[in-house]
Amino acid sequence: MKRMLTGNASAAWGARISEVEYIGGYPITPQSEVVELLSKWVAEGAMNAVYTNYESEHSMFAGVGAASLSGVRAFTSTSSQGLMFAIEMLYAIAGWRAPVVFVNVARGLGMPMILQVEHGDIMGIRDTGFLQLHAETCQEVLDFVPMAYRIGEDRRVMLPVAVNMDGFLISFGREPVDVPDKELVRDFLPKYNRPYPVVDFSNPVAYAPTIVDGYAYMYFKEQLQKAQERAREVFYEAAADFERIIGRRYEPIERYMLDDADYAIVSTGSYSTIIRGAVRRLRERGERVGMVRIRMFRPFPRDEFVDALSGLKGVAVFDQNISLGKGGVIYTELAEALYHAKERPRVLMSFIGGLGGAEISFDAVRYMLERLKDAVASGEEPRNPNWLFSEEDRRRLARALKLTLGEEVISE
Amino acid sequence: MSSEPTRYRTLKDIPKEEYMAPGTPLCAGCGAQLALRLALKALGPHTIVVNVPGCVALFAIYPYSSLKLPFVFTSFVAAPATAQGIVDAIKVLRSKGVNLPEDTKVLVVVGDGAAYDIGLQSSSGALHRQLDHYYFVYDNEAYGNTGFQYSSATPFLSRTTTSEATDRVPGNTFWKKDLFEIWRAHGVPYIATVAASKPVDLLRKFEKAARFKGPKLFLALGVCPTGWGSDPQMTVKIDKLAVETGIWPLKEAVYGEVRHTYIPRSLKPVEEYLRTQRRFAHLFDGKHDDLLKEYQARVNAYWEKVWSTELK
Ligand code: SF4
Repeated sequence: MKRMLTGNASAAWGARISEVEYIGGYPITPQSEVVELLSKWVAEGAMNAVYTNYESEHSMFAGVGAASLSGVRAFTSTSSQGLMFAIEMLYAIAGWRAPVVFVNVARGLGMPMILQVEHGDIMGIRDTGFLQLHAETCQEVLDFVPMAYRIGEDRRVMLPVAVNMDGFLISFGREPVDVPDKELVRDFLPKYNRPYPVVDFSNPVAYAPTIVDGYAYMYFKEQLQKAQERAREVFYEAAADFERIIGRRYEPIERYMLDDADYAIVSTGSYSTIIRGAVRRLRERGERVGMVRIRMFRPFPRDEFVDALSGLKGVAVFDQNISLGKGGVIYTELAEALYHAKERPRVLMSFIGGLGGAEISFDAVRYMLERLKDAVASGEEPRNPNWLFSEEDRRRLARALKLTLGEEVISE
Repeated sequence: MSSEPTRYRTLKDIPKEEYMAPGTPLCAGCGAQLALRLALKALGPHTIVVNVPGCVALFAIYPYSSLKLPFVFTSFVAAPATAQGIVDAIKVLRSKGVNLPEDTKVLVVVGDGAAYDIGLQSSSGALHRQLDHYYFVYDNEAYGNTGFQYSSATPFLSRTTTSEATDRVPGNTFWKKDLFEIWRAHGVPYIATVAASKPVDLLRKFEKAARFKGPKLFLALGVCPTGWGSDPQMTVKIDKLAVETGIWPLKEAVYGEVRHTYIPRSLKPVEEYLRTQRRFAHLFDGKHDDLLKEYQARVNAYWEKVWSTELK
């Protein structure tokens, strides 16, 4: 059934059609609508679940993790500072092998304080053991929730999953979204059936005892890594069933206009819509450029990238995040992925933009392509990330700096 | 308490069942372990234990567990929230027809660091939500597992490794945080202090708590030979002295109504207790008599109030 839904409502519907049994909630902009809707549905009886308001995200993640450990399908959502506050529990949940699903509504990280989108929060949890699916549209937000449970609860995986959407643009943007029937979703997503639930007295289990020996600790970390690696094939199985039953097909990466391309731009999230539009226009002008968009960020779709980007002359990576002191996260991960590729692109170039909801336009995409082509032609070895400020950004920035510092400061 | 029906009248009534295997890796003479062992006997086999970093974490050291009960180890801050998730999940499972024992309980076991300091927000949240669980704090009055650093449960004048006694400072200069009263302000059904040297009192309190739905909170004195610098053989004796000097009052609060379960007619001098422990040794150099007097006066004032209200 088609409904006009915001990204937040799509996340809530994703939980609803996945017949989530437990929800922990705590408000934060721009995520709050997700927990508002879920608490309302539980209160109305539209969802057969228990909903609990927590007093912090840290507690909320502890609660949903423990519920999952007890054999109950658990869901939550958060954003930005909330996710950072909870990050300690994310490691715990992954270590417990509790396949919680949560939706992150991406937002920048203070200080300075910001409410708008950036991927610093979701990238900040990349090492926790959570799988990551990144949505571009409201439809993907909704579809990725049952997909996430299907993959995370698979016995070969047993890992928690983060579904990411962008704050404001997607969280508050409305789109027509197909909400699949419960029956279809049941067909796609079997009941959560946890081995060794903590509430089993006939077979009491000690979850996560302290380890004093490095080799045993390392063994459990290796198990987590192996589960991540197995999640890749489980993704494909789930995606095939999803297409068969629900009718939409998802690959770990989206390939756009890559046939006969010399250049490509790599991105993730909602800004990909802008980049895709610009790529189409550039193609119309005869530029041989394409795009790759990430849908699955953890496990990192290494082989898919090698396959998609081999033989290209240059690749620009649009990172809406920054690992300070290094640069864009996708850029550095992609560099590793391509290192051993026989026909790896000669130039891999990093661009940082869209932080805190800063806008990008056709011009920014064209600029990325120009820089890339120049580097390929000149043999330049790109080092530091390029920052995507528009002319208008710089003018406004100069005004703000003058206002606060009382002098003309030109930012370079 | 004697007027209430109970299955615990004398030491002979202490249940024989053990939920703690012999040979745990805790220190010899650990008071926390004694109190917890009794508590588990009262709670029985259908208890899920939630635990955080602290001495009791040593009960589960991979690949062993000294507890014969389901056990979840969670983040330092998050024990009450973890318990919330399990309690809520039990609700879900029961509503789906999953058969769980009627007397299924969730027990949080934490030390004073988690209870008084870093986990206070999480427990306040759970108490406010009236979470149906048992919360057992073994209060050894410092961060014992990390080498005895100051916590807000550290008593006045105690030396710890981060509140040293020197010729400029007499150890910790803050009074112990009153967690009992903080809990009481949450309007919970049952709160009690317990001491391992009074096992019948301890068991009866757990027995009584079982009547109530909601938070059931226990503050147990955890005599800590390693941190306190006391003789491991003296643990029970020191525990008893804490009660008889009035430093560790035995009391309960039922829906906020406080009642002491043991009211000494006269108090032993606090010095008798303090002298058993190296953490207070610096007070007996003849230069700290004023502070010792202040300590005694504070304890006296507490009991004057109790005597005037409860001994009529
Ligand atoms: S340090 Fe103290 S509380 Fe901890 S195990 Fe040893 S005696 Fe017990």
